[in-house]
Amino acid sequence: MLLGYFYTRNGIKTKQVKQEINEQILLRGLVNNESKAIDTIYKENFNMVQSFILNNNGSYDDARDIFQEAMIALYEKAKSESFVLTCQIKTYLYSICRRLWLKKLQHMGRYISQSEALEETVAVEDDLEFHEKRNADFAIMERALGSLGEPCKSLLESYYIHKKGMTEISAEFGYTNADNAKNQKYKCLMRLKKLFFAQYNIGD
Amino acid sequence: MEDILLLEAIERYLNGSMLAEEKAYFEQLRKNTPEIDQMVVEHKLFLMQIEGVSEHRNLKHALNAAHERLLDKGDIYEGGEITGRGKVLQMWNKYKRVTAIAASIAGITAIIISGLINLLAPAPNNSQIQQLNGVLTKVIANQKAFGAKLNEVDSKIPKNVEVTSSGSAFLIDGKGYLVTNAHVLKGSGAVVINNKGEEFNARIINIDVESDIAILKIEDEEYKTVSNLPYSIRKSAIDLGEEIFTLGYPREQIVYNMGYLSSATGNDGDTSSCQISLSANPGNSGGPVFNKNGEIVGILSTKLNTADGVVFAIKSKGIYKLVDELKESDTAVQKIKMPTTTSLKGKSRVDQIKEVEDCVFLVKAYNQK
Repeated sequence: MLLGYFYTRNGIKTKQVKQEINEQILLRGLVNNESKAIDTIYKENFNMVQSFILNNNGSYDDARDIFQEAMIALYEKAKSESFVLTCQIKTYLYSICRRLWLKKLQHMGRYISQSEALEETVAVEDDLEFHEKRNADFAIMERALGSLGEPCKSLLESYYIHKKGMTEISAEFGYTNADNAKNQKYKCLMRLKKLFFAQYNIGD
Repeated sequence: MEDILLLEAIERYLNGSMLAEEKAYFEQLRKNTPEIDQMVVEHKLFLMQIEGVSEHRNLKHALNAAHERLLDKGDIYEGGEITGRGKVLQMWNKYKRVTAIAASIAGITAIIISGLINLLAPAPNNSQIQQLNGVLTKVIANQKAFGAKLNEVDSKIPKNVEVTSSGSAFLIDGKGYLVTNAHVLKGSGAVVINNKGEEFNARIINIDVESDIAILKIEDEEYKTVSNLPYSIRKSAIDLGEEIFTLGYPREQIVYNMGYLSSATGNDGDTSSCQISLSANPGNSGGPVFNKNGEIVGILSTKLNTADGVVFAIKSKGIYKLVDELKESDTAVQKIKMPTTTSLKGKSRVDQIKEVEDCVFLVKAYNQK
């Protein structure tokens, strides 16, 4: 009898270890933007989040937005050097979504009764704060890009975001040679940097 | 033109595509020229941000792609309204007949059961409830009647007395010491009844009209001492807005109510009491007011007639004050040891009530006829 007991305990333990390794692989896949890993995490967690949001005055679109936001937060966390997985992906995503959604509801002036969570949650306030700070930074960059005007915007996006080479870009935009394109890129870049740093304070 | 070359150099330096020799030269240049050093730092930050935006966009793109893929495969589901309604309609069509049969069976059963209840249940209860719903004066009359009825059934209230008032009380010591309001004890004797309906004889130890606090002691062989009270009695003040709840006997059954502390003082600025917001009725007097950690913070005592939901409670500090005063003169009081720790913290309200309800009693005071 006793032996049997220990046997099951060990069984559970190996299962847990296996799951942890699996989750590590998934997170690495997410960081590397692998669609297989993204699909798996998405598939395993989306429905839970969706039903939470639908049950709390949300729509299908809300569920999609909130879940994807949480996925981005998870990505950021997994990417950071100091990253340690202290809980299951499921718990983490659920906690983030719950926080985000409650916040959004509060923002809209609607409250849901703070019923005890049926699912286990973890404290994600710090991660969310970091995530929001990053979102704010990116918004500054997006705004700067947006107010740049064409063809500067597309030119810089081609180079810095889509990582195209200068020769390819000069052909695409119709410059006679790569040097002219470079010259134009430089001018655009200076403008973008000016716009960006006008709003982004290094001191912060 | 030079600036372009410099920036290009910085970018190549930052993305690591410089050859070793060039890199060493550039680093030397960086060291010697603070302006260039500053440009490198600034540009690094800028590139990091734009890289972040790039990653963000790619990830969002990938997530949307995943969403569409899973939707296509049917792994996730976004019930568009039309399909959703379609499904319900389909279900309805499919199960229409079953539903109809089930509904009629349920209907018939309900009619039969209600008929049976009407036939078998004792009738007089109905009128009681209606009377209780009536005006306040009627309630009092009703209580008297109830008291009289109890006399016939139970022996704990002496035969030749009439019940003058009733209220709630709670244990401050498991040996049987209870606290209630002074105004509840309008009479010469009292019995207390627990939430199971068991009656115990009680002796009035002290009635302090000024603070409106009274102390009773259960003196009954049937009473079993409670070794540890689950709650504590709070000495310090509580904060506005703190969530509170109470248990009491506005009727023969124990009744729970919750609210919040709405003012630190009582009627006309009385600092020994506080204002709470919850619904209370005659009979709640003398009941304990708990905070969410299960500490007793007050004794529910009065309510304002002219406004709704304005209820006053005597601060629990008053209990300590009275007991300390009495300890000097009364030997019975010297034995009182008030609970200082609560075991209710963090428990759900339902569990808290389960532990507490045995310590809250219905008090009936009586007078000789």
